[in-house]
Amino acid sequence: MTAVLETPPTVTTTVDARGSFCPGPLMELIRAIRESQVGDVIAVLSSDKGSKLDIPKWIEKAGHRLVSLTTLDGYDEIVVQKAR
Amino acid sequence: MQRIVILGGGVGGTLTANLLARKLGKRIDRGEVDITLVDALGAHVYQPGFMYIAMGGEREQRLSRPERSLLDAPVNLVVDTAIRIDEGARTIVLAGGAALPYDYLVLATGCRIVPESIEHFDTEAEHFYTAAAALHLRHALDAFTGGRIVVGIAAMPYKCPPAPLEVAFLIESELRERGLREKSEVHFCSPIGRAFTIESVSEMATPIFAEKGIELHTFFNVDAIDPERKVVLSLEGEELPYDLLVLVPPHKGQQLVIDSGLAPAPGGWLPTDRHTLRVGGRPNVFALGDATDLPLSKAGSTAHFEAPVVVEGIVAAVEGRQPAGKHATYEGRVMCFFEVGDGKGTLLRFDYEHPPTPPEPNAIWHLGKIVFNKTYFHTVPRGRV
Ligand SMILES: Cc1cc2nc3c(=O)[nH]c(=O)nc-3n(C[C@H](O)[C@H](O)[C@H](O)COP(=O)(O)OP(=O)(O)OC[C@H]3O[C@@H](n4cnc5c(N)ncnc54)[C@H](O)[C@@H]3O)c2cc1C
Repeated sequence: MTAVLETPPTVTTTVDARGSFCPGPLMELIRAIRESQVGDVIAVLSSDKGSKLDIPKWIEKAGHRLVSLTTLDGYDEIVVQKAR
Repeated sequence: MQRIVILGGGVGGTLTANLLARKLGKRIDRGEVDITLVDALGAHVYQPGFMYIAMGGEREQRLSRPERSLLDAPVNLVVDTAIRIDEGARTIVLAGGAALPYDYLVLATGCRIVPESIEHFDTEAEHFYTAAAALHLRHALDAFTGGRIVVGIAAMPYKCPPAPLEVAFLIESELRERGLREKSEVHFCSPIGRAFTIESVSEMATPIFAEKGIELHTFFNVDAIDPERKVVLSLEGEELPYDLLVLVPPHKGQQLVIDSGLAPAPGGWLPTDRHTLRVGGRPNVFALGDATDLPLSKAGSTAHFEAPVVVEGIVAAVEGRQPAGKHATYEGRVMCFFEVGDGKGTLLRFDYEHPPTPPEPNAIWHLGKIVFNKTYFHTVPRGRV
């Protein structure tokens, strides 16, 4: 039996919103979503502490897919797939 | 001769010019320093008054003064539009054809509204971000006899963050006074997950929405307006029907700073150091007011508290020393009145480190805002407060 490892989807666009404050990172993500196609994957980098709470809430409300949320050195990386 | 050029004769530019003229008066007299302010209109407009054209009997004529009348005598005024900043040649190219050289540049060009970026905004949505639009909204309210009013924010950032909340509260009060409340619904939509960007202000405002029976819709980013069905649609997939739609239009920085390579497209907000107010690490270019990308309210009061820091930065450079004293750096100080309707208001006072703790709304802060509006031309641009 082979373990099937789900490969993370390739990031289409990276939005570097580090240094920007609420609601900057969310607004940057929204702009990227507007400009993307369904299926595209967007990575948002944010150093604002509110983003890791606010952005996943927005993703859920807007019906997209939260691929991952990783805390890195001084910032969070939130990966989203445009689902509709 | 050291030449200081200030672009924009709004709150930030006018106050900066006057404070510089006072600090550098002797050098100006000796012909060592020259201060020139460039403004496209040659008039200084008190924009907070627009809201009162829609909601409080204010008139457009009372909201504008000739820029020359607000500037100290030593400041030169050029009424023209800057069309290019040539950083290599250190000159400003004006629409009239002249080129204005500078050693120090202050960007106080404010921002602009772009309602045209949303289809049907111009014909379907009311707003109050120009005097004419505010008067149009007043007429629409006068003609309103009941139905669904949707007040919202089309995009962030925008000028005067409390303004749309204030308008929703004031409209709701007005409907009660006119006996139309029973026949009406009031909805408010916010692009983010709460009523207001700053959490403590959101906590203050959210119960007021509930008390007044205004339905709050969060994470509502306007995507489209359908004029046939009279609904506003959100990117998140919701739709709100309206009889009267009042939306803060999207805002952008000036095309001039994008075209000149100082601010990134599409937003056009100048990358500004939060403490020194220098632009993109340049030692001789400063920005203040609505033009910056700082994470603060785009408010006249922000420009008001930033101006002395820009002035200290330039005066120190002219005098060949480091900025010193209480205006050596900007700490994010902002102060805004906030109307909640029924003759009451509150006050938001904060800086980078201290979020606002708004007092319980009362009549004093409402009157404070009215007095401030009436005395503005004698105080703020002239550096008297
Ligand atoms: C409805 C409304 C309500 C508001 N309420 C409040 C409030 O209650 N409290 C508060 O503090 N603030 C309030 N504000 C915000 C306040 O008016 C602005 O934040 C303030 O005017 C910003 O000052 P500024 O100097 O940055 O820009 P502005 O005052 O907008 O001035 C910019 C100037 O630059 C000039 N300019 C632009 N481009 C060029 C160019 N290329 N060449 C030459 N000149 C140029 C323009 O003509 C203008 O005179 C409100 C605004 C609105 C619209």
